[in-house]
Amino acid sequence: MNIRIKFCKTGSLRFISHLDLMRYFQKVLRRAEIDICYSEGFSPHMIMSFASPLSLGLTSRGEYVDIRVHKAPSSAEALERMNAVTVEGMEVLRFRRLPEQSKNAMSIVAAADYEVRFREEQKLPKEWAEKLAKYLEQPAICIQKETKKGKQEVDIRPWIYACSVREGVIDMQLSAGSVHNLKPELLMQSFGEWAGFAVPASALLIHRTELYADLGTETERKLVPLEELGEDIG
Amino acid sequence: MRKLALSDEILMSVEKPARYIGGEVNAVMKDKKQIDIRFAMCFPDVYEIGMSHLGIQILYDMFNRREDIWCERVYSPWIDMDKVLREQRIPLFALESQEPIKDFDFLGITIQYEMCYTNILQVLDLAQIPLEAAKRTKEHPFVIGGGPCAYNPEPLADFFDLFYIGEGETQYFHLMDLYKEWKRSGGTREDFLKQAAQVPGIYVPSLYEVHYKEDGTIASMMPVCPEAPEKVHKQVVVDVTDTFYPKKPVVPFIKATQDRVVLEIQRGCIRGCRFCQAGMLYRPARERDLEMLKEYASEMLKNTGYEEISLSSLSSSDYTKLEELVNFLIEECSPKKINISLPSLRIDAFSLDVMGKVQDVKKSSLTFAPEAGTQRLRDVINKGLTEEVILNGAGQAFEGGWSRVKLYFMLGLPTEEEEDMKGIAALAEKIAERYYEVPKDQRNGKCQIVVSTSFFVPKPFTPFQWAPMCTKEEFLHRAYVVNHEIKEQKNKKSIKYNWHEADVTVLEGILARGDRRIGSAVRKAYEKGCLFDSWSEYFRNELWQEAFAQCGIDVDFYTARVRAKDEVFPWDFIDIGVSRAFLEREWDHALHGNVTKNCRQGCSGCGAAVYKGGVCHEHQN
Repeated sequence: MNIRIKFCKTGSLRFISHLDLMRYFQKVLRRAEIDICYSEGFSPHMIMSFASPLSLGLTSRGEYVDIRVHKAPSSAEALERMNAVTVEGMEVLRFRRLPEQSKNAMSIVAAADYEVRFREEQKLPKEWAEKLAKYLEQPAICIQKETKKGKQEVDIRPWIYACSVREGVIDMQLSAGSVHNLKPELLMQSFGEWAGFAVPASALLIHRTELYADLGTETERKLVPLEELGEDIG
Repeated sequence: MRKLALSDEILMSVEKPARYIGGEVNAVMKDKKQIDIRFAMCFPDVYEIGMSHLGIQILYDMFNRREDIWCERVYSPWIDMDKVLREQRIPLFALESQEPIKDFDFLGITIQYEMCYTNILQVLDLAQIPLEAAKRTKEHPFVIGGGPCAYNPEPLADFFDLFYIGEGETQYFHLMDLYKEWKRSGGTREDFLKQAAQVPGIYVPSLYEVHYKEDGTIASMMPVCPEAPEKVHKQVVVDVTDTFYPKKPVVPFIKATQDRVVLEIQRGCIRGCRFCQAGMLYRPARERDLEMLKEYASEMLKNTGYEEISLSSLSSSDYTKLEELVNFLIEECSPKKINISLPSLRIDAFSLDVMGKVQDVKKSSLTFAPEAGTQRLRDVINKGLTEEVILNGAGQAFEGGWSRVKLYFMLGLPTEEEEDMKGIAALAEKIAERYYEVPKDQRNGKCQIVVSTSFFVPKPFTPFQWAPMCTKEEFLHRAYVVNHEIKEQKNKKSIKYNWHEADVTVLEGILARGDRRIGSAVRKAYEKGCLFDSWSEYFRNELWQEAFAQCGIDVDFYTARVRAKDEVFPWDFIDIGVSRAFLEREWDHALHGNVTKNCRQGCSGCGAAVYKGGVCHEHQN
């Protein structure tokens, strides 16, 4: 049976790298005695895959990992057991059964929501919010992006699905996953360059809030939070 | 939510910020308002090394069981963080509360190897605690040292207020109670030190005076006040079953060197190898009860979520119920896909059978530690491992599918001759030949033999404490002889040879048998920039040599000199149970090549029977 787990990673856990988080999560599953399946062979590993690695320094309330289990407790019990053995900064939010034959989270991630704040100490030019709106009005936003073939100019405007300012917080929905992954810090850096002020990564507080799959057609997006593809176990 | 001591900007600018944030699984948080004593427990090396140390996990658990004590952890900040803390004058903090350790009541430092001495000064310095104990005031914590190097604490005497000699499970609570009383009484710092000096196992260096002879050796070391005892007695946990052991050890987020549950099955060793300090310090050998170990293994695995468990002891094969324990672990662990690691096993039919069950034969290697290349020299060091046993073990293993062998030796052992050095190559060759006796279709490709030699350092409280040590040039010459001889062997392509660095060994030798006068050079070396000396990429021998020269310290006096039988050693004021007379007898036996029985074959009267426990009393129950 395949299970999709949603969790948050906040507080000082933002300083735990993705690799260490994977190791940590395996220990949570063992402590909670979740009956997870292992691969075959002499060094078996847990069958689990994370939807999308979160960069060091970022927090999130929308992280996903898929696991395969032999049998599962009810969703409520699984949450209780896992949250009893985790640390401050991580909370498991959902534990849902996926339909048979469903694709794993990593392969279907299409978009992500972020909340971006500036650190208070960061001195910002006045009317930065208005400037951001102007910046987004451009039909194309070309930036230099490092790729395997070296630096390449790409237009990131189509990958910005939404971006607006609400009481000092920038809400953005960006393309994510294996096709076009736009990181919010890259967008902010590009905005800073355009507006003429520096936006170092350390000046930003970035919180991921949701990851989506795209169930739409080639012409029309239909973004669905990954958690909605599974259902609670009673 | 816990507030971190460091800003995001700092944490994002250093390697592995998780070293500094605490908050790990099973880390203990307390309300500091409800606490009488704040204890910072330090391992003076980087987090991943320090978090792998069992002793701290035991004491951390023990202290935190008391409601009036909050024990927290602190490690050496890595080079990058060291720089930031210095430049920004940020005081070193404990991981749990993220508060400066200069405000704590105690800073406990475990001293596991000589090459961490400059890191001890780093921790004090970054904590903004005066390096010299004499300069500390009531505003500062008491700095207490423990661990194996505390058995010759003299090179560090200037920097510590107290040392705890022996196993921490026994007297710490007593010491803490005294401290609470002293705190209430409003006495002076010296008042507390004088009271502490009366606790068994506690050594307060400032209460002793050392006088030297004209030849530089010690004339006498005497207490300067009636409160300080002439002899400090090592503390021993007699019953290692009914004692403190953590069921919920702290589990780091980042991969530590020891990334597994560690189950200490026994303490001490029955063997009596004459070079081995641990073998003497931790006498008598004591076994934990099988049922206790089973219970702890299950609980620790459940509470940590580790995917591996390792048995810990100086010689696991000597644990009398090893077979039952291992069978239990296999049954318990294999359905949960938990690995079992069995270090320090003698290679025989039983261990090969077990290893075949718990690891991938093709990938794993066999380890032998003959320590010396000839039987003559193995008799000198009392290493009861014969060539026949090694070749038999290797032969069985090769027939069982193994093809990799690791061999550990020491160079520079007392009485070593060229023949012994060449014997290392000869033994490796015989093992290789044994491998190729296995029919081709039954063996696993070529065999790989890795020979490693370290250089011998005579340690206090061993029969070799009188022995001279080789110079750097002599060490390197001996490694050259081995290397050359290996190249002469028929199967040289199957044998790889590694040797340890010689500079660092000589330094280890100075510090290991040094006296109080060495302290000034440790400080000087630190001030010149020496740090993380155990990390070869940071070890700077030239700075150490400058420091010794400027402090007027003759390196050869501490290393290359033959010590007279009746010389007063800096560590003579410590009583480890094992008598000096026994060590002297053993030194004589070594020079005559006489072997001594292990503790189970027969008692040799070392003196450890005074503790009334362990192997010394096995047959009396």
